[in-house]
Amino acid sequence: MARTWRINSGYLFVAPSMTIIALFVVWPIVQAFWMSLHDWSFLAVDRPFVGLDNYRELLRDDRFWNALQVTAVYTIGSVPTQIVLALAVALALNERLRGVSWFRAAYFFPVISSLAVMAIVWGFLLDPDIGLLAYWLSHLGLTPTDVLQSTTWALPAVIAVGIWKNLGFTMVILLAGLQGIPPGLYEAASIDGAGRWARFWDITLPGLRQTMLFVTVIGVIASLQAFDQVYVMTRGGPLFTTETLVTYMYYQAFNLFRMGYGASVAWVLFLIIMVVSVLQLRLFRYHDVD
Amino acid sequence: MSTNPGGPAVDRFVTKPIARLPWWPRIGRVALYGALVAGAAVMILPFVWMIATSLKSDADIFRYPTDLLPHHPTLTGYRDVWSRIPFARFFVNSVIFAGGVTLISLFLDSLTAFALARLRFRGRELCFWVILATLMVPFQITLIPLFVTVFEFGWLDTYQGLIVPRATNAFGIFLLRQFFVTLPRDLDDVARLDGASDFRVYWQIALPLSKPALATLAVFHFMYNWNDFLWPLVITSSTDMRTLPAGLTLFMGSYVIEHAVLMAGSVISLLPLALAFILAQRYFVRGVVMTGIKE
Repeated sequence: MARTWRINSGYLFVAPSMTIIALFVVWPIVQAFWMSLHDWSFLAVDRPFVGLDNYRELLRDDRFWNALQVTAVYTIGSVPTQIVLALAVALALNERLRGVSWFRAAYFFPVISSLAVMAIVWGFLLDPDIGLLAYWLSHLGLTPTDVLQSTTWALPAVIAVGIWKNLGFTMVILLAGLQGIPPGLYEAASIDGAGRWARFWDITLPGLRQTMLFVTVIGVIASLQAFDQVYVMTRGGPLFTTETLVTYMYYQAFNLFRMGYGASVAWVLFLIIMVVSVLQLRLFRYHDVD
Repeated sequence: MSTNPGGPAVDRFVTKPIARLPWWPRIGRVALYGALVAGAAVMILPFVWMIATSLKSDADIFRYPTDLLPHHPTLTGYRDVWSRIPFARFFVNSVIFAGGVTLISLFLDSLTAFALARLRFRGRELCFWVILATLMVPFQITLIPLFVTVFEFGWLDTYQGLIVPRATNAFGIFLLRQFFVTLPRDLDDVARLDGASDFRVYWQIALPLSKPALATLAVFHFMYNWNDFLWPLVITSSTDMRTLPAGLTLFMGSYVIEHAVLMAGSVISLLPLALAFILAQRYFVRGVVMTGIKE
């Protein structure tokens, strides 16, 4: 009978994917937690159960707190700037301008590039000896410093590169959001005598609420996971001033081979991401009720 | 995005009341253009610098004051990149990794998506919810155990180690399932009356009707893996197995290599996606928007 045959084929269709997801996604999540409860070194044969000791050690670990702080500064430094800039660009590129599609392509282009490879390029651009940026800055009366070796400027530099890479993505989402606002609302407001600013505050921003929520949540999650350009440009230095949580996790797990401890960092990161995401969703919904 | 540059959604900005301050819009427009050009220049500067430096001789690179453009453009960077570093290996590895993941994942994702959308079997809802749940989990959580699992399989530093854990993708399944659900069922029914098997319905009806969704997903898979850094960095260890991002960064700051060579390598590594972007910008924007959503 056709029906019995169909029951069988359904399993055949999903079997490869579900096996891979079980083996390489679901099981590792469980395993990460399991490892975080052990003194799990890749090099050691003996991997004793230590309960919550890894998490206790995190609480006393200055370098972990530093990484947490760097990640927080990275997120606070990059997300609002990126969204404001992307909104400005999206508003401008939503107008009828000559060459608008060229501008869109230009602002979007960094998104398709590899952050790691482009971090090499940015590293060279910032190089005090051969870099163009240092030379240009010296024209503005600034002494050319080695930005990536500076405990003051290295973090802003990796933040700026992160913003540069992701601006186009945020812009494209915001453009889609702008085009989803019914034009009739603007016409009605114009007839009521609302000026440009009034229309922006009363129509554009409220109309973008869902889109803004989305780009904020996505932006924060991506910032909390910052790794590529940090690893390439500074390796977390100088003096750990750019060491993010993922960089620190990588260092513990793949340089020291302390996999259990690294896994506990990963789980803390996971929890932070969950809490921040839920908080943001709550916050935006709360305003909706007003 | 770029399909509707002059559509009605844009008109509202043009019909603004300009009678009151006739000089303002023009000045505003000039300022707007100026700001847009300046911003675009910043966005494009690293690419221009990358290309310019790839064409420089050593004398040009260390010239002071530094110039953006080379005084004596030369292609030696592009000639030497193949011998100074195992660039051909990196490139081939990237093609195998990103191409392999894209092809296999498109097939497995669509198979599963089709079953979830069109076939009935016990546990279907469970499969769907498991897939949705894994979407919420950041990739970094699984990285350390994945490394250990790949090690236990004896797959570290191999193509299968790079590809198999990525051979299906929860977001891809989710996306295609949502697409398959919207396809009309009449064609399935007709085909089934003719005795077509589920696989034939999937292969000859569902897939051909889903070309736009598959193309978008292909862009997403290919770009995500072509540009990926952390995963190949962790899974590969020998220079010969590195992909382009992991391989090129390996040689950054090393004294065996000239800047022009490294920049030539960077330019070539960007070419496939840049060309595809120029040819199919629409799919790219969609694919990237999805990449971001997935991350």
